[in-house]
Parts: sequence; structure tokens; C-alpha cells
Amino acid sequence: MSIKISATAFDPWQEVQTYQKSALRAGQFGATSVFIGTMRDFNDGAAIQGMILEYYPGMTEKQLEKIVGEAQQQWAVLDALVIHRVGAILPNEPIVLVAVWTAHRGDAFDASRYIMEALKSRAPFWKKELLGPEDERWLVANTQGYKTD
Amino acid sequence: MIMSIKVRYFASLKESLDRSEDELAFGKSLTVREVWQCANAGKPLPAHILAAVNMDYVDLDSIVQDNDEVAFFPPVTGG
Repeated sequence: MSIKISATAFDPWQEVQTYQKSALRAGQFGATSVFIGTMRDFNDGAAIQGMILEYYPGMTEKQLEKIVGEAQQQWAVLDALVIHRVGAILPNEPIVLVAVWTAHRGDAFDASRYIMEALKSRAPFWKKELLGPEDERWLVANTQGYKTD
Repeated sequence: MIMSIKVRYFASLKESLDRSEDELAFGKSLTVREVWQCANAGKPLPAHILAAVNMDYVDLDSIVQDNDEVAFFPPVTGG
């Protein structure tokens, strides 16, 4: 398991490839689920110029480790990689990567969805959106993420 | 016995309080809710506030120990 907080832009595809080569044995895994969250240039009816992502150093890592640990107890996870950006972020930059390696696809899909949903509701990160010069707003809550009809 | 507690604030709460932390000393055991009241006399706890002690989520009625780090913050919005 690897959890990283990154204060600079990262390439999620490169990270997945590098991690897979270094941490997993070829032939061991049959499924890899990769989720990438990328910053949009719009939200809630407004154009967004950029974002500041604040976190709670120490607690954020602790909660992420706990969440991945919970996923490992529920599904047959071989390995997992979670990377989350903090600091100043621009539209189109990746914010979060959740990659999960398993033997079969069901565990990969379910474990990565669990990690992502738990991260959204429990990992201490806060987004402040920059709408223009001297115009900014804190995001009050995350969107639900799934259709509820 | 005097208990020393560090209190930390994050995000919009830190901005509205205009500070990121407090160092407090108490002569008796307090709950997380009482720590807020001591640190922010007269200010009610904001709705939907989350609290942590030593970087784990806690109930507002849990008891704080000597040298604990208590944190208050708004709902999280990462990912």
C-alpha cells in the first residue's frame, strides 16, 4: 500500500506504471482499477480559474491508511496506490488517483469505489475555488457523485 | 493537575476565527464540546462541524486528555 500527498502536479498514468513495476509481481494480478479525479474549469454555475486544496498533515494520511486498510479487509486487494494533490491547482490537473490491484475484476472495482467514496467523506481535505481576482469561495460539500433517481 | 491541550482549526473555520490554533490549559477533564467553548467564548459551535482528537474522528462529548491535539473543521471536500 502506498499513500502520497503531493504538493506539485503529478502524472497519474506514470505513477501507476512505476508503482506496478516496483511493487507488484508480474502474473500475480489479473485486474487493475484506476480512478483519476481531474479538476474541472466549472462548478455550480461558475467558471473556476483555480483551486487551493488544504489538508490536515498527519490526520489526512492516517485516515487514508485506515480507509485502504478497511478495503483490504473486505476485498482481496493485492496492493493499492492513493495519491492526492494539495496546494494550488489549475483546471485539467489531476487531483486524486486511486489504483487497486487484485486477482479478479469484482474486487478491483468494488475496493476502488469504496476507497474513493470513503476518501470523499472522511479524508480531511478542503477545496477553495478561485473564481477571479479577489473572488473565492470554500466548497461547502462534495456532490453526491451518483444519480439517485 | 493542569492539562495542556492544543486546539487546531482548518479551512473556512480557520478563516472565520482568524487563527489556526490555540494552546489551552485546564484544571479538570473536559469534553470536546467544552474545549470549543473555552477556546471560543460566546461563539456557538458551527453546524455540521467535525472534530478530531489526535487525528481520529471523535464525538463532541468525548473526553479530552492531557497533551491531546483537538481539531475542529468543516465537512471535508477532497477527491
